[in-house]
Amino acid sequence: MSEVVPPTDSHWPLWEVFTQGSDGAPFEHAGSVHATDAEQALQNARDVYARRGEAVNLWVVPSAAITASAPSDAGPFFDPGNDKAYRHPQFYIAPRGIRIF
Amino acid sequence: MAAHEEELGIAAGEAAAGRRPVAGPSRTPVLGAPLVEYLLRLGDDRLILGHRLSEWCGHGPVLEEDIALSNMALDLIGQAAALLRLAGEAEGQGRDEDALAYWREAVQFRNALITELPNGDFGVTIVRQFLVSAHSLLLWEALLGAPHEGLAGVAAKAVKEVRYHVRHSGEWVVRLGDGTPESQARVQRALDDLWRYTGELFDADAVDAAVAALGIVVDHAALKARWDGLVDEVLARATLVRPADGPMRRGGRVGRHTEHLGHLLSVMQSVTRAHPGATW
Amino acid sequence: MPETPRPLPTDDPAQVAAFEARIASGESIEPKDWMPERYRRQLTRMMSQHAHSEVVGMLPEGNWITRAPSLRRKMSLIAKVQDEAGHGLYIYCGTETLGVDRFQLFTQLLDGTAKYSSIFNYPTLSWADMGVIGWLVDGAAIVNQTVLAKTSYGPYARAMVRICKEENFHKRQGYEICMTLAKGTPAQRAMLQDAVDRFWWPSLMMFGPSDTDSPNSAELLRWKVKRKTNDELRQRFVNLTVPQAQELGITLPDPDLRYNAETKNWDFGAIDWAEFFEVIQGNGPCNRERLEARRAAHEEGQWVREAATAHAAKRAQSTAAA
Repeated sequence: MSEVVPPTDSHWPLWEVFTQGSDGAPFEHAGSVHATDAEQALQNARDVYARRGEAVNLWVVPSAAITASAPSDAGPFFDPGNDKAYRHPQFYIAPRGIRIF
Repeated sequence: MAAHEEELGIAAGEAAAGRRPVAGPSRTPVLGAPLVEYLLRLGDDRLILGHRLSEWCGHGPVLEEDIALSNMALDLIGQAAALLRLAGEAEGQGRDEDALAYWREAVQFRNALITELPNGDFGVTIVRQFLVSAHSLLLWEALLGAPHEGLAGVAAKAVKEVRYHVRHSGEWVVRLGDGTPESQARVQRALDDLWRYTGELFDADAVDAAVAALGIVVDHAALKARWDGLVDEVLARATLVRPADGPMRRGGRVGRHTEHLGHLLSVMQSVTRAHPGATW
Repeated sequence: MPETPRPLPTDDPAQVAAFEARIASGESIEPKDWMPERYRRQLTRMMSQHAHSEVVGMLPEGNWITRAPSLRRKMSLIAKVQDEAGHGLYIYCGTETLGVDRFQLFTQLLDGTAKYSSIFNYPTLSWADMGVIGWLVDGAAIVNQTVLAKTSYGPYARAMVRICKEENFHKRQGYEICMTLAKGTPAQRAMLQDAVDRFWWPSLMMFGPSDTDSPNSAELLRWKVKRKTNDELRQRFVNLTVPQAQELGITLPDPDLRYNAETKNWDFGAIDWAEFFEVIQGNGPCNRERLEARRAAHEEGQWVREAATAHAAKRAQSTAAA
């Protein structure tokens, strides 16, 4: 995400933090923390982003490990397929009275 | 004053007047009811240690650690407030947690000496935090089943909080012990200097015996053994040498403190004492 | 005399036009999107200044933690200062999405080249300052930040939403301290009035100079980085705060303060901008002390940070060897 900075004696790598607000909910990007190892990243993330009980679960990922789509991908990469009706539940007609799920 | 009183001194004069014995067991501090004393010891430990940790706000080695240290401070002061409130209730003289925190003198405090020592550098702070938190965790686990409802309630909450303190401070001891030669030297020295204050944490006296009779039972020997195990495991990973047991410093439990406590309290109590009767 | 900023020669005009169209339609700009170099620089400047302010702002309030006069107030104040550290962190992280390293930014703060909010260069002289800072300083910050929550740069806007929630709590706490003092002993009431006398004008200065004197304003408004002018925000703050002062029964140190029934604004007196510029140039009452404190903390923490890095390297090596 950010350019690689040459490590100094006291340079701590950046980690991205994802929090899960409640059981079963999706993980959301909350921000980032600096830490030297995974355990420290987890603890720092808990102290910074979850100390008021905002999260039941945390993920920390080294920022360098994240691959992001490029802005130029927007469009073809994310073609929503609105013209492909068979991807949507409404395409399928189920007999009345029969539960599919 | 009669000539013979001047010769013998004021105490003798008072003795003659029937007010105070000339010779008596004044070496033993006067303690209150055992349950009150017990709760004050628990509360004062956390108040004083929480206060020390709060001194780091804005001065930590890195922002994330500033937040972590203040988290621990908050947990401890919260526990202290609950415990001092219970102590005041047990005493039954209308003193609440603020009255006890802000209006007692140093000799009336019951915290262990290790909690009142100055923070030193981050190494001293975090080694002290680890040694004390490890003891606290084991103590709270032992008090979970206490027949005193208020105390058991504090224990239930504190166990979760202190589990994290042990994890956080323990990991730092490892990082610093097995970091650079400088960091290892600093934390080894911290450990060596603090060790003589650890014995007091495991002392048991008449107060402990009295509350045991009330059902609040802590097996100090077992606690010490488990603490040794926990501490040895972390020190090994930290490549630190466990100091040999020597003479231990004690006295906090009966109000015989180091000179540090007086200075700490004169800061902590200054605003409150400047405005007697005021509400904040 | 503020210059009209021009796009740097390297910015492709077609891309600039597309970018400005996105802004105009209310779109959010994200870290990997194309942006004019000036936009990136303005944002880096604004965000880093904001983050520095949060971090320096811990000190005037941290000054009273050890003397807080009740356990409840002690805990609230620790939590507040801790929140400020957190805010600094959120915004530094946001700045890092623009490609600047936090440690680099910190170096600029410590060597005095980076700016931070002028208000934190004033000393806190009594417990009442804790109430007044929450009420006036956080109050002013909220007026600024609520609007920033809609800023065009995504990471900044998101950090602002998180911060605003916490900031509202701080302001309420601060006002509650003020109310307790206002209803307290004569000594407490005098303490409160004295604190207000010292912090009122510096709070108004937090909104920055009038936009005619601010070189960056026009561009920032066009790019929806700023959404309102300094003067608009300052007026909004005054209108909100005067009734709160009346509730407290204290007087604001401005003989020219009066309600204008036509404009529905509280008109206020002239601000001493000479004082403001002295303070932001480093000659305020506490500038040196604030930076010295941060520098000392940073230097004393060097061995700690190095140890953590060294330990991590050792662990990585042994994991690789395993």
